[in-house]
Amino acid sequence: MCADQGPQPETSRRRAIEIFLGGGLLASLASFLYPVLRYFVPPAVIDLGGDEVVAAKVGDLTANSGKIFRFGSRPGLLILGSDGAYRALSATCTHLACTVQYRPDLREIWCACHNGIYDLNGRNVSGPPPRPLTVFDVHLRGDEIVVSRKREA
Amino acid sequence: MTVFAPLIRWLDERLDLDGLIAPFKHKTVPTHRLSYWYFFGGITLFLFIIQVLTGILLLLYYRPGANEAYESVQYIVTRVQFGWLIRSIHAWAANLMIFTAFVHMFSVLFLKAYRKPRELTWVSGVILLYLVMGFGFSGYLLPWNTLAFFATKVGTEMAGQVPLIGRPMMIFLRGGPEVTGATLTRFFGFHVAVLPGLVTVLIAVHLFFVQRQGMSVPPKLEAQWTANPSARREMKFFPNFLLRELMAWYVAMGVLGALAAIFPWNLGVKADPFVSAPAGIKPEWYFLFMFQTLKLIPSKVWFVDGEVLGILGCSLAGLLWLLLPFFESDRPERTKTWITGLSIFALVYVVGMSVYGFLAQ
Repeated sequence: MCADQGPQPETSRRRAIEIFLGGGLLASLASFLYPVLRYFVPPAVIDLGGDEVVAAKVGDLTANSGKIFRFGSRPGLLILGSDGAYRALSATCTHLACTVQYRPDLREIWCACHNGIYDLNGRNVSGPPPRPLTVFDVHLRGDEIVVSRKREA
Repeated sequence: MTVFAPLIRWLDERLDLDGLIAPFKHKTVPTHRLSYWYFFGGITLFLFIIQVLTGILLLLYYRPGANEAYESVQYIVTRVQFGWLIRSIHAWAANLMIFTAFVHMFSVLFLKAYRKPRELTWVSGVILLYLVMGFGFSGYLLPWNTLAFFATKVGTEMAGQVPLIGRPMMIFLRGGPEVTGATLTRFFGFHVAVLPGLVTVLIAVHLFFVQRQGMSVPPKLEAQWTANPSARREMKFFPNFLLRELMAWYVAMGVLGALAAIFPWNLGVKADPFVSAPAGIKPEWYFLFMFQTLKLIPSKVWFVDGEVLGILGCSLAGLLWLLLPFFESDRPERTKTWITGLSIFALVYVVGMSVYGFLAQ
């Protein structure tokens, strides 16, 4: 820097102070914001439901009826068909996540929110649902009806 | 600043920002060797802002209710990331805010800043102090731990001692004859809705008064400056004083952060209405001087119950304290020295009783 450029050292000194002050303030602001941003994120919920749940007891359902049960943190739908076979599916509609129900009159699964219809195998047959419902395995253990996630082979 | 220049110009064209801040540009703050005391009101305001922000954060996870409150605070301090820090800051800032409010009040008292024309500033300030103590009292219960449970039981029981209106007042505060989950729900409402609203409005009023009347100067100095106007020293509020104030806020932030991080606030044991009060139970430090006073009054004074006498005495003292400026002389040159004497006595009494209460078994 030349000696004849009088005001320059003064401005560069001012600039340096500005950078230090501004940088310091930004750094402290970041140190306040970081914990707050982390705080906003809720801790993950431990899903204690596991892969298997007792959905009902034998005799709870009459033929051609359905029942909502808890599968982990989400609802499941257990159906006793008029053929006497148990079926279990996810009860969360694939359209906008309403909880579906079994309609004995239609013998189909119906979502009341937007009139979506699935057949007993969970296939989306009419209305807005884009995908079939997840189907679960059902087996009997004594008089308990046990529902579990299908194991991928 | 250059980054914001176009934005500021845009706003200025529409809102006349210069006109908006013009009054602040004319505002000055007297400079003298006691000017430091002017900072404490601002620091108290800063801590209040911290309380609002951290309080909102705590509301993201806190659940009022006897079966959930303790567990939700436990969840905040153990599971939520940095939850312990947010809660610790909220608890520490509450205590620091009450402390700085007391410092601010006594500085106003000793610098005689409450004199005419600032009587209403004093009144609004003392009401703010009482409301802030109400914040402390109501917030203390929210974690629903043993200490808080008994502190609330005793505190509301004291309100119940007042003749005639005492019992209805106690039932109103408790939401029933006993301290239960209903009390927690009420205190939660007071703490997050009623008190913040009142305090925000009153702070605006308080600041408006300060703004209208400017800063007070101690009487001796005022006399000197009136006699010799060239001796008057002032600094501009904007930006000179404001930047100093911000520096004070930054220091307060540092103290608060260090205290909160190094001494995280305890959660204690969950309240159980059917266990005995733990030995050596005491209220928070800012209620200690009243607690100790009540302890020292004999159970019967002449024919009046000691408790009733103590509570009526405290209420009367609180009311007179609120009206203190109206006992001061109207004429600035004839300040009442007994008020300064009373202030010294009050300070010594509050500090002495607090220390005594802290040490007493």
